[in-house]
Amino acid sequence: MSGERGGARRVAITGAGTVNALALDVAGTMAALAEGRVAIGPLQFDEVERLSVRIGGQIHGWDAEARFSRQELSLYDRVVQFAIEAARQAVAQAGLALSEAEAMRAGVVLGTGGGGYNTVDDSYRALQAQGKNRVHPFTIPRLMHNAAAAHLSMRHGLKGPSFTVSTACASSNHAMGLALQMVRSGACDVVLTGGAEATLCFGGLKAWEGLRVMSPDGCRPFCASRNGMVQGEGAAVFVFEDWDRATARGADILAEVAGAAMSSDAGDIVLPDPDGAARAMRGALADGALNAGDIGYINAHGTATAANDRSEAQAIRSVFDTPPPVSSTKSMHGHLLGAAGAVELLAVISALRDGVIPPTAGWRETDPAVLGLDVVPNESRRAQVDAALSNAFAFGGMNACLALKRA
Amino acid sequence: MDGSFLTLDDGLQRKVVEILALQAMREPSGLTPEMTLEGLGIDSLGMAEVIFAVEEAFDVQIPFNANDPQAAALDLSSVGSVCAAVARLVRDQRG
Repeated sequence: MSGERGGARRVAITGAGTVNALALDVAGTMAALAEGRVAIGPLQFDEVERLSVRIGGQIHGWDAEARFSRQELSLYDRVVQFAIEAARQAVAQAGLALSEAEAMRAGVVLGTGGGGYNTVDDSYRALQAQGKNRVHPFTIPRLMHNAAAAHLSMRHGLKGPSFTVSTACASSNHAMGLALQMVRSGACDVVLTGGAEATLCFGGLKAWEGLRVMSPDGCRPFCASRNGMVQGEGAAVFVFEDWDRATARGADILAEVAGAAMSSDAGDIVLPDPDGAARAMRGALADGALNAGDIGYINAHGTATAANDRSEAQAIRSVFDTPPPVSSTKSMHGHLLGAAGAVELLAVISALRDGVIPPTAGWRETDPAVLGLDVVPNESRRAQVDAALSNAFAFGGMNACLALKRA
Repeated sequence: MDGSFLTLDDGLQRKVVEILALQAMREPSGLTPEMTLEGLGIDSLGMAEVIFAVEEAFDVQIPFNANDPQAAALDLSSVGSVCAAVARLVRDQRG
């Protein structure tokens, strides 16, 4: 493997937390990913019968009242609730105990596509469909895109930079790429980063219906029978920490964040360009001082739309002479939009730390458009993976790729 | 030209042609049944808008999936075939 970046600080992941349709914690999610378990099923919420697509990776049995006080719930949209629980797990695992001075150099960078979408949906329904003349007084602090990042900073006393990145389906990869740069540059020593999304509501899905890209029956990335994306919800939050600080305090390091790159297609607002994706992947390799041959696994964007899968396969083929195994775990937890890259980083950690490459579930038959890639169909695979890439490509032609190494 | 095109309800046909012409940024009188949507510059996003406009205008559901355009057995490739498909959907869905 190539050498370290000369002189720059290295970045360790010392904590991870998640809630998603597979499980409400990391251990359960990792087990489900290794099993190839699919958590996509019938959606349950008001007016779902008016939708043409009624499946998703929805979190069931989320008892908000049991988790949060009445005062907290008046301020926490579902997306904030997910982020808070994921961050609680991550901070607990990392064993963070920051002094007042260290808190000044600790921050939050989260991704979200829709922010407080349920609050928006409920509020418009109240005003317009139900004819009410007022909405809850905290509607704005509930729905704002930076609400989750703000609550993480407040709950954990993180007083350095905190902000939210919103680049649709690449939001959390952009967020984690920035978090890497902030720790590496010395702007911060610790950053809580990842993403949260909760757009599975009537208005959220209705808006997507018109694009005609959602599958009515399941998410089958890279399979000839694929017929579109399936949405999910949840959050994943990680503790990115200065490597030397982490090792000095004896922290368990889950993986190293070695590199990140972002690129723009500067082309179409919805159709992806393989060149932009390839530039992101090459950039992440270069930033991480890695060669293509070092990569043992690629967590694909893999939405199971015809446009993405074709373009991503071309991009991977253009970067790798001999592509490593590629899988899309969206087949199991759905597409978490602005939280997708964050939840999918768990699949990358599974490969690097545990030597378990999660599969592309729901796969049935070879698609020539996938150009012969090994998509790890249906069953996870044991392999020693020393380095991996994680892709996220968004509407708007905004791409972000992360490179990670085994700790 | 599709023979059924001439026998379609004139109002329906006029409205569908209007929708396609608007999307193609042309005058409705400049459209002929054999013109393809691709030839008119209507791409996948344009198709989503056409479908939305048709559904709104005729209160029908068009079972179109951009990932699998053939799945619904709807020929939406030309001006004439779109008119025929809409006429059939209107007939089937309104009874």
